[in-house]
Amino acid sequence: MTRVHDMGGRFGDGPVVPEPQGIPVLEAEWQARALAVTLAAGSLGQWNIDMSRHARECLSPRDYARFSYFEKWIAALVDILVQTGVLTPEDLADGDDGPHPLSDRKLTRDRVARVLAKGGPADRPSKVPVRFSVGQAVRTLRPAANRLVEGGHTRLPAYAAGAQGYIQRLHGAHVLPDSNAHRLGEAPEPLYSVRFAASELWADPEHPDDQVILDLWQSYLVPL
Amino acid sequence: MRVKALETILTRKGLVDPAALDEIIDTYQNRIGPKNGAEVVARAWSDPAFRGALLRDADSVIAEMGHYGRQGEHVVVVENTPEIHNMVVCTLCSCYPWPLLGIPPGWYKSDAYRARAVREPRRVLAEFGVTLPEATAVRVWDSTAEVRYLVLPMRPEGTESMDLTQLSELVTRDSMIGTGLPKSPR
Repeated sequence: MTRVHDMGGRFGDGPVVPEPQGIPVLEAEWQARALAVTLAAGSLGQWNIDMSRHARECLSPRDYARFSYFEKWIAALVDILVQTGVLTPEDLADGDDGPHPLSDRKLTRDRVARVLAKGGPADRPSKVPVRFSVGQAVRTLRPAANRLVEGGHTRLPAYAAGAQGYIQRLHGAHVLPDSNAHRLGEAPEPLYSVRFAASELWADPEHPDDQVILDLWQSYLVPL
Repeated sequence: MRVKALETILTRKGLVDPAALDEIIDTYQNRIGPKNGAEVVARAWSDPAFRGALLRDADSVIAEMGHYGRQGEHVVVVENTPEIHNMVVCTLCSCYPWPLLGIPPGWYKSDAYRARAVREPRRVLAEFGVTLPEATAVRVWDSTAEVRYLVLPMRPEGTESMDLTQLSELVTRDSMIGTGLPKSPR
């Protein structure tokens, strides 16, 4: 019911290797280009952030494991360019130079700072009534899965499925990724921070007072 | 497919501008980085009213400071105390507060950090050289939505006479993710 990206709690990955402080230096030029081309292509406005996340998650488990971070980005970018019809497989094969109908949307150098500063907020007005209040006990759905599309995108990690937690904070109504990733509409609904005791999630928590907090949409939660 | 080949196809079709790519790279390699977050933290350490406003409604405070932007549209600042140490991860991908910290370091995006930070944060902290007192609980924030978390570390002792610039130099990137502590003065 889950995909390879959903790795919270997994055993076997080995140590975390710290790096120098400051701005991380991308060691290779191609990594910097991969970052930039992904952001620039995204600004054409032909997909949303949930679709691009889902495209990365849809890499086969084998590719997801063996590709480096920016290799995943580029593989997913190629997939989404084709899925959304921006490029055809023929474009990728022969690099035809024909003008493109979206070329007037091209991100130009002078607009970069403005586009990055503008961002893309995810809060929206919503008619969905707020169902839970701060401090209220809730349970997450189990299994963790998209309820609209089989095998679809969701932001409820498997490790937190079926767990009891407490509402920590209401963030207002946000775009629902489970819907938006599949072009089924933004379907905004209340988003909460939900607090879980580590002992609710793990067989061997490190400390009795440790906690994990996740941001979860209202439809991921049921009252207790 | 190679990045260069894709960039060439998109450029020929008039869909990307190589000069815009250079500008994006320059932004995230030279301009936007943890100094922005450190400026916010130093002010919060120095000004209780600012700190209160930041913890209540970080978005308006951060926008006023000019640090609003892509991947920082909804920011929540979480404060470390003797009772609670906060630590941020994104187990599902690599969500990170770009306008405040820049692009994420490799370890933040690694499978090891994503898999382990939620289950064994103390062992992960030990790999960063951080050991917490037994009385301090760890609160791990898994960034599963478009809300981005910034840790407000505790102000180090012996910094009473420091100005904003000196304070901000103590604030490391990792201390704002929660895998590190601020530098000690001296």
